[in-house]
Amino acid sequence: MGMYSEKVMDHFAHPRNVGEMPDANGVGEVGNAKCGDIMRMYLKIEDGRIVDVKFMTFGCGAAIATSSMATELIKGRTIEEALGLTNKAVVEALDGLPPVKVHCSVLAEQAVKAALSDYYRRQGVDPEPIVGKLTEDCHACEGGSCGV
Amino acid sequence: MDRIVYLDNAATTPVDPQVVQAMLPVLTGPGGNPSSHYSIGYEAKEQIDTARAQVAAALGCLPGEVYFTGGGSEADNWAIKGTARKLARQGKKHLITSAFEHHAVVHAMQALEKDGFEVTWLPVTADGFVRPEDVAAAIRPDTALVSVMLANNEIGTIQPIQEIAAICRENKVLCHTDAVQAVGAIPVNVKELGVDMLSLSGHKFNGPKGVGALYIRRGVLPDNLIDGGGQESRRRAGTENVAGIVGLGAAIELAVGHLEEKQAHLVALRDYVIGRVLANIPETRLNGDAKNRLPGNANISFAGLEGETILLDLDMRGICASTGSACNSDSLDPSHVLLAIGLPHEAAHGTMRFSFGPQNTMEDAEYLCSVLEEVIPLRRAMSPVWKPLA
Ligand SMILES: Cc1ncc(COP(=O)(O)O)c(C=O)c1O
Ligand SMILES: [Zn+2]
Repeated sequence: MGMYSEKVMDHFAHPRNVGEMPDANGVGEVGNAKCGDIMRMYLKIEDGRIVDVKFMTFGCGAAIATSSMATELIKGRTIEEALGLTNKAVVEALDGLPPVKVHCSVLAEQAVKAALSDYYRRQGVDPEPIVGKLTEDCHACEGGSCGV
Repeated sequence: MDRIVYLDNAATTPVDPQVVQAMLPVLTGPGGNPSSHYSIGYEAKEQIDTARAQVAAALGCLPGEVYFTGGGSEADNWAIKGTARKLARQGKKHLITSAFEHHAVVHAMQALEKDGFEVTWLPVTADGFVRPEDVAAAIRPDTALVSVMLANNEIGTIQPIQEIAAICRENKVLCHTDAVQAVGAIPVNVKELGVDMLSLSGHKFNGPKGVGALYIRRGVLPDNLIDGGGQESRRRAGTENVAGIVGLGAAIELAVGHLEEKQAHLVALRDYVIGRVLANIPETRLNGDAKNRLPGNANISFAGLEGETILLDLDMRGICASTGSACNSDSLDPSHVLLAIGLPHEAAHGTMRFSFGPQNTMEDAEYLCSVLEEVIPLRRAMSPVWKPLA
């Protein structure tokens, strides 16, 4: 038994919706390479619905698995549904994460929100009242545990 | 998984079957207490004495200068805390060490800092060496001890301990070296090195875990770390780990007995991997000097990737390696060793240590390279660092 659940390892070994998306209409990137995790989300939104999503992640196994799972949870959903995505839902869908890796799921939630914010900005709409304030950096760094 | 390729011999090594054979009669025999006064007690005492002689022969010292401990960490803690406490009574409360020691040394030093000792943390060069002139410059009248490792556990670079020890001698300062990674990997002779104390650990040279030794030059008297009974000439209390000690003795004899062959074999594997990875995978770098490093150590950074990704990809293909250092795998922080040689955080995160042992073959090295050549491009293709936004 390793440190991760079978679901996490499955998403790590076979990440869903991975890659670039040149025609995305919402792109968000969160985290920083210094602390070891960066996630980028691409969204294609049509009529208020996420018709396609792709991600790129630099980070540990949990970072890759949480971003992969987050894309699955929002694909085909409405913007409102995607805004309701929590890191807790991502963790549960992956059958849990080790405590030191929970910050990765926070980052996945933030990546989705960053991409949605970008979508609104491109529409000429201020995203803050809708999406809320983004932390951009990962949770672990805010807590200082990354040691940077 | 059909095939396991173990390339983490710097973390620990498999116990040599001959070592197991040496330990078995101790574990299955009558098992007397070495301090007891009847035949099976004497027998256990003799077994320990044999092991002590084996360690002494390997290190080039007297058997009476070898003290068994519960591993490398204990030996480091004893040398450092025992010396610091003893010399503090003479007003010496300054210690010198390097910025890239093992945590056993780093944390022992930090514990002393909390108790009012002052520690100088020497910088290391970009290719992974402590400069003897920095040691000389750091020594003060109140310096009690200099502790610099013989070989670094992450990047494998071999430190100029002979020169550092000579500087200490000239200045009448005690010198300790953590030789946990070096013993059994390169020739280690305490008299040639000129150190006052040297730590070693059984499980790094195909011996058992949880047993080590501290060489203490005759006449050097650090305070005890473990107080209690009169074992180890009243300097390290506790009923001896007889089987472990016997195993360590057998292992060190085997390790130094075939050292030249073993080194040549490991250097061949190491240099094959370094050469092929650096040639075939772009934006990779070797950490630590290419030549003056442990025969079995290859430490390589892969730009645009995070080490755990590589670790898991290798594990899924049966390869055991480590990101930076095994001791650190529960922490999100990049390795203090890699930061000390000046690697930026980003590069430090994408670093792997491959450490070879005598049981590894050229086939293992080739397999590692082909797996890396397969997985690194795949993971880079999904890395936002490797492919930044336009
Ligand atoms: C350089 C160094 N010092 C000390 C230790 C600690 O040795 P042990 O695991 O026997 O306590 C290790 C290995 O973990 C090491 O590599
Ligand atoms: Zn972080």
